[in-house]
Amino acid sequence: MLKVENLTCARGGMPVLSDVGFTVEAGQALVLRGPNGIGKTTLLRTLAGLQPAIEGEVDYPEDQGAYASHADGVKSALTVAENLQFWADVYGQSDVAADVPPGGTAGQPPTAAPDRGFTPTRGRGLHSVLEAFDLDELRNRMGGTLSAGQRRRLGLARLAMIGRKVLFLDEPTVSLDRASVSLFVDWLKAHLAAGGIAVIATHIDLGLDAPELDLTPFKAAPDLGGGADEAFL
Amino acid sequence: MSMWEYANPKLFMGWTRPVLPWLFWSAGLCLVVGLVWGFFFTPNDFRQGSTVKIIYLHVPSALMAINAWLMMLVASIIWVVRRHHVSALAARAAAPVGVVMTLIALFTGGIWGQPMWGTYWAWDPRLTSFLILFLFYLGYIALWEAIEDPDTAADLTSVLCMVGSIFAILSRYAVLFWNQGLHQGATLSLDKEENISDVFWFPLLVCIAGFVLLFIALVLMRTRTEIRARRMRALQARAARA
Amino acid sequence: MIALLLRDLRLAVRAGGGFGLGLAFFLIVVVLVPFGVGPETELLSRIAPGILWVASLLAALLSLDRIFALDYEDGSLALLATSPLPLEGAALMKALAHWITTGLPLTIAAPALGFLLSLAPDAYLYLLISLLIGTPALSVIGTFGAALTVGLRRGGLLLSLLILPLYVPTLIFGAEAVRRGADGLDPTGALILLGGITAGAFALMPFATAATLRINLR
Repeated sequence: MLKVENLTCARGGMPVLSDVGFTVEAGQALVLRGPNGIGKTTLLRTLAGLQPAIEGEVDYPEDQGAYASHADGVKSALTVAENLQFWADVYGQSDVAADVPPGGTAGQPPTAAPDRGFTPTRGRGLHSVLEAFDLDELRNRMGGTLSAGQRRRLGLARLAMIGRKVLFLDEPTVSLDRASVSLFVDWLKAHLAAGGIAVIATHIDLGLDAPELDLTPFKAAPDLGGGADEAFL
Repeated sequence: MSMWEYANPKLFMGWTRPVLPWLFWSAGLCLVVGLVWGFFFTPNDFRQGSTVKIIYLHVPSALMAINAWLMMLVASIIWVVRRHHVSALAARAAAPVGVVMTLIALFTGGIWGQPMWGTYWAWDPRLTSFLILFLFYLGYIALWEAIEDPDTAADLTSVLCMVGSIFAILSRYAVLFWNQGLHQGATLSLDKEENISDVFWFPLLVCIAGFVLLFIALVLMRTRTEIRARRMRALQARAARA
Repeated sequence: MIALLLRDLRLAVRAGGGFGLGLAFFLIVVVLVPFGVGPETELLSRIAPGILWVASLLAALLSLDRIFALDYEDGSLALLATSPLPLEGAALMKALAHWITTGLPLTIAAPALGFLLSLAPDAYLYLLISLLIGTPALSVIGTFGAALTVGLRRGGLLLSLLILPLYVPTLIFGAEAVRRGADGLDPTGALILLGGITAGAFALMPFATAATLRINLR
């Protein structure tokens, strides 16, 4: 469960959002809405721990958070498979247990294929992730030769590899065509169904049937004390 | 948890305003008295002649060069722990003063050494250590100038100051090791701890006091300027938002 | 953590000239010196330890500013910061990767270049040992400097200004060890002090580097 209370976050010394509070239960998603520049990115970064908050509390199971933004960290000189394997290694997920054997599809009888469901604490094997995000044909292509949409898919596939429960996603569907968006949404729904949580900032309608939080009312007053320069006036 | 402590720059500006003129005047007084006394009213040293009197400039400036860095270190630690803005700005303000003190120490050190060495510069352990200190100051100032966001700059320069302090101490001993080496040669030691008789000692004390007061006065004045600069930034940001 | 090390090594190799560039620079600097000071063998032999060490410093500096910059720009640094990998460990792995691609080749190539500079025969062993002990310190200290300047556009020159004073103790003890070896004296004292600095740097710098990275990621 993710609980946020009384959160004031800042960017570059200026308070951006103040007094943000919400709770997201396991299996739920929350969609952040608001005009550009309102502070969606700042909020997500603060939740992920990249930025210290000015005030307030963020509470979720330790070591279960993961962050993804448009800067997807894809290395041009590594292949698609190598990129994913690296993150799997960093997050301590091995490439064997939950892997679907090559050639296995949804048509296989459930007993023959391993559990296709997503387990929150273990990522799926490399092959099944590549399949789920339609990257299998690209598995040996260099990251630098991918199109923008393919890179995005790779960036999202990373999330599937690392097996973390609480996801903070900043505009995950930029550059994705409709087919890819629905791939992503399918995976996200499976993630939620298995007890995961997702906080997503997006401008489009993902078809998730998730509550939305408009950030406009939380906009921080500019002369809210605590801004670095403001303290001098 | 709130990591933001409200600095009270207003209080700082308040109390420094009346204090500053006093500081400058007493610094000036001490310096004039000390230097005149030291240069003109003390006997010439039988060994080093009259150029030894440069110590009335050299010793205080060398002391302040080191103390300025120590003050920056303390101010950096206070910033990191307590987020007291004035502290970070004071460290920034002190650095150029420290640089100048170091340069004075280097020049006067050369003048002092010249009769003994026959040259204005020698890679004597003390002078070399001050040269390295000079480089540390330069790096610190350069880092402040390079970073745009003031709080990030304060954080980064604080870390640099702390790490640099450790290496500065290491360098001091490394340079001693380096200079003693094989080529024992002349003990080019401008040793302050030589037994200085009272006749020389008192004017030296006055000069040291003068330099200390001057340092404090300059740092306070420069910190006030830094605060005003930040105020201007805040006002500009407000105007931009309006 | 090993995954990060292997990834960086792989990237260095594939980026072309990963191992070769620092080495080539080292060679060029050393070759330039006789042109600058004259070909007199006795002079060269006397300054060889210093030249080799200074050239090592400069060659190590070359690739430092890219250590974190690439990861910072494409977002992997932020992703690493939110991963279970401690940032201190990541900093250490980065330093290690830098050493393997720069310091280590340097160390191996140094005796050949010492030959060019008429280094005294007794000194070769100590050249190897001192560089082996000292170049890791250069990498780990340099990583700290790279973290300080990671967000800056023209960070390279500022990086040099910040790092070179920090290199002075390592340089002094390293070169002194080689000089003593060349003169037939016992360099153990210098080598021990050199090792002490390297050990201390490994203990301290990853923490300073991680703190700096966190500041820059805000």
